[in-house]
Amino acid sequence: MEIVSLISLWMIPSLIGFILLYGTYKRVPTYESFVEGGKEGISIAFSIIPFLIGMLVAISVFRASGALEYFMGFLKPFFDFVGVPSEVAPLAIIRPISGNAALGMTSDLIATYGPDSYIGRLAATIQGSTDTTFYVLTVYFGAVGIRKMGDALKVGLLADLVGFIVAIVVVTLFFGK
Amino acid sequence: MGSMAMVNLIWVFMTVVGIVFAMFNGTIDEVNKAIFSGAKEAVTICIGLISVLVFWLGMMKIAEQAGLLRKLTAIFRPLVTKLFPEVPKNHPAMGYILSNMMANLFGLGNAATPLGIKAMEELKKLNGGKSTASNSMITFLALNTSSVTLIPTTVIAIRMNYHSASPTDIVGPTLIATIFSAIAGISIDRFFYYRRLKKGG
Repeated sequence: MEIVSLISLWMIPSLIGFILLYGTYKRVPTYESFVEGGKEGISIAFSIIPFLIGMLVAISVFRASGALEYFMGFLKPFFDFVGVPSEVAPLAIIRPISGNAALGMTSDLIATYGPDSYIGRLAATIQGSTDTTFYVLTVYFGAVGIRKMGDALKVGLLADLVGFIVAIVVVTLFFGK
Repeated sequence: MGSMAMVNLIWVFMTVVGIVFAMFNGTIDEVNKAIFSGAKEAVTICIGLISVLVFWLGMMKIAEQAGLLRKLTAIFRPLVTKLFPEVPKNHPAMGYILSNMMANLFGLGNAATPLGIKAMEELKKLNGGKSTASNSMITFLALNTSSVTLIPTTVIAIRMNYHSASPTDIVGPTLIATIFSAIAGISIDRFFYYRRLKKGG
């Protein structure tokens, strides 16, 4: 557990230090390269605005109307039984389908429950540790014209499910409920 | 089918059911507010993302130009070639698969996609141009969807936006979770792979 907090604390600063030293050693014009690469970040941040607006409005409406609470009421006993917090269930459903939609849901969970709450941390970890199976399937297979996917979907979704369960276990072990 | 169709359904479902629910629940006032507050919040989040994305992609540019990603590729090559017995060691497909993995590792999703498509093209050629997914393609997909993330940059930015006491405290747990899910992804892929071999596929 100690080691995990050490990783959390040191990972980013040490990676930055290493990249800068290594870049200097390899005679990369570090500052110019940094600025050049950084420009891309601006366009990415702007390009996801419509994705997030669409998803956050839908979630906000669903929540504010009382519909979310109503549906969760039905699902709660089942999720309680298997030990999954029902608040993150919608995130688990949307995560394999769309990364940006899931990002919207994660933000909503963090905003509603607080970034340092159990649910907030869980949403953050799920978002960070799993990927969009359907997106990768559609884009990669679509681009090269693969029509018969074989076991690909099964394998991808099972891996997502394991990732989701692992995220719950790790966050619960590390931060407690 | 496809992910696009499903997103559309979920999106319309949440909005329309929400509005209909408000009608019976007397919460139409809250729904009105939610429409505009939701949109505003989305923009706030994206503005907050700029800082972290710019910084991180700038750092990655240095790493890329210093040849760091290429170096990592060389380290991972022996391990990855074992997972793709049908791909010859020096085939271009191997190079694309490895570069795609490295891009994912550093959270460069936008750089990863074109590399992934290139890898798929090469794998399709290796499979005689058939429109059926080959063993290697399924393995590549499993690697891709369960790939290890070193630093979840966007998530950190969102936690910062909402004033987390320690926005990076999820880095360690996320790394552990992602390593386990990558191992699981590869194991699941191997399970189906050997099952296909047994069936003679």
